[in-house]
Amino acid sequence: MIYFKYLRMVVKSMLQYRANLVLLTIGQLLSVAGYFAGIALLFARFGSLDGWSFGEVALCFGVVTAAWSLTECFARGFDVFQSTVRRGEFDRVLLRPRGTILQILGGNFEFTRLAKLLWAFAVLGVGVTQSGVEWSALRGLTLALMVLSGFLIFSGVFILGASVCFWTVEGLEFINIFTDGGRELAAYPLTIYTRWIRRFFTFILPFGCFNYLPLLYVTGRSANGLYALTPLFALAFLLPCLLMWRSGVRHYQSTGN
Amino acid sequence: MIELKGVGKTFKVARRGKGTLAALQSLFHRQYDLVRALDSVSFRVDEGEIVGYIGPNGAGKSTSIKVMSGILVPDEGDCEIMGFAPWKQRREYVRQIGVVFGQRTQLWWDVPIIDSFELLRDIYSVPQPEYARNLELLTQTMDLSAFLRTPLRQLSLGQRMRAEIAASLLHSPKLLFLDEPTIGLDAPSKLAVRQFIRQINAETKLTVLLTTHDMNDIDALTDRILLIGKGKILYDGAFSQIKQRSGQSAVEEVIAELYREYAL
Repeated sequence: MIYFKYLRMVVKSMLQYRANLVLLTIGQLLSVAGYFAGIALLFARFGSLDGWSFGEVALCFGVVTAAWSLTECFARGFDVFQSTVRRGEFDRVLLRPRGTILQILGGNFEFTRLAKLLWAFAVLGVGVTQSGVEWSALRGLTLALMVLSGFLIFSGVFILGASVCFWTVEGLEFINIFTDGGRELAAYPLTIYTRWIRRFFTFILPFGCFNYLPLLYVTGRSANGLYALTPLFALAFLLPCLLMWRSGVRHYQSTGN
Repeated sequence: MIELKGVGKTFKVARRGKGTLAALQSLFHRQYDLVRALDSVSFRVDEGEIVGYIGPNGAGKSTSIKVMSGILVPDEGDCEIMGFAPWKQRREYVRQIGVVFGQRTQLWWDVPIIDSFELLRDIYSVPQPEYARNLELLTQTMDLSAFLRTPLRQLSLGQRMRAEIAASLLHSPKLLFLDEPTIGLDAPSKLAVRQFIRQINAETKLTVLLTTHDMNDIDALTDRILLIGKGKILYDGAFSQIKQRSGQSAVEEVIAELYREYAL
């Protein structure tokens, strides 16, 4: 598949700068470690968060971090799309007989972010053992689905943000409110937030659908099996993102030489 | 091969005054200038022709190449190339063309040229025998063998341009757009590039449309020029005629006079 051939190219390019690769990876490892240590300290002091134990929050945090690092690694091209447009490199994408999304995905990987993924799995391990959840096949499956769904939803947000670049390449920082801000917010169970924030992050940007809602089922707070299926909502969220991208591509104005 | 009828394109450009205050103002209140980049551009090019596309900076050369290669959608007019409307059937269309932007690369910066070529082969789904044949021919005529295994970033500008042109021909396109292919090249590289374009045109009937500021390119490659200025086609015909008319001997002088004549 052509996607993997792109991937091989990025790996080859990256191996040209080995020291850089090692340092970036270490940096990524440290950043998550520090962050999670902070949460652990808070819990050592306060015991629980609105009825959620440390192990349960670790599950929440682990899912978000895993989904986020996968997105940063594989959907990186949409994250840095602003500069792709500024440098006029999108011209070249349009000159190749392949889909634009495939090329943007394939043109950019940030493997150093996978270091974060290792951490996310470690935190998930803590969550799985410390949360007191009685694990069943269905609950385990739900957990895997949550990570996958989070990856798709974060990718959708990246695509939305990138689509805006077709109309303007200025003042795009506000998108970080939804990506970075949303990620921070979703690292904790949504129940601790006020009502309109909960609604926003359930129905508009459905971050709640891949961690808070299914966690209700996984942790046994609700017996309703429908909660286990909320991660599938990600697919419905991707659709408008892709439509936005398509209309953006049609609107593309290129840049002069 | 190429037929443009009344193609027009207008850009909206944000206007901004000098200084910090003006920058702040532009945050809230934008003023736009409308720039008419292409103004009812019409011409046709037949199969196997080489056409020199000339005009001063900002005249609309790159914009028209972008329209013809399917990157930009024109506001008005018709553009039909090999039976395609370039921006409508983009994927089917771009498989048939090659595009070289002299100031931008299409190769991967950090890997050997040959690796880029192989990825391009896969992107364009070129069958292996055809790829091998093309690579062989291009390596010989463009003299690439010495640096096929060198990463792009270590090549000289001349080597790079040869690799760029070769890369755009690996999938056997029928039409090649060259946007300033000789920019910044030294004399031997320029000669090599020109020699190659002539040869490939003669051998494969490849249609070539090139923009350039170096009139010696035109002199060496073709007699047909298209002069564009302020978005309009001003002259479409033989370069030799213009030379005769002006009586100047140096090509640069001829062109300078031509630009003066049309107040460009």
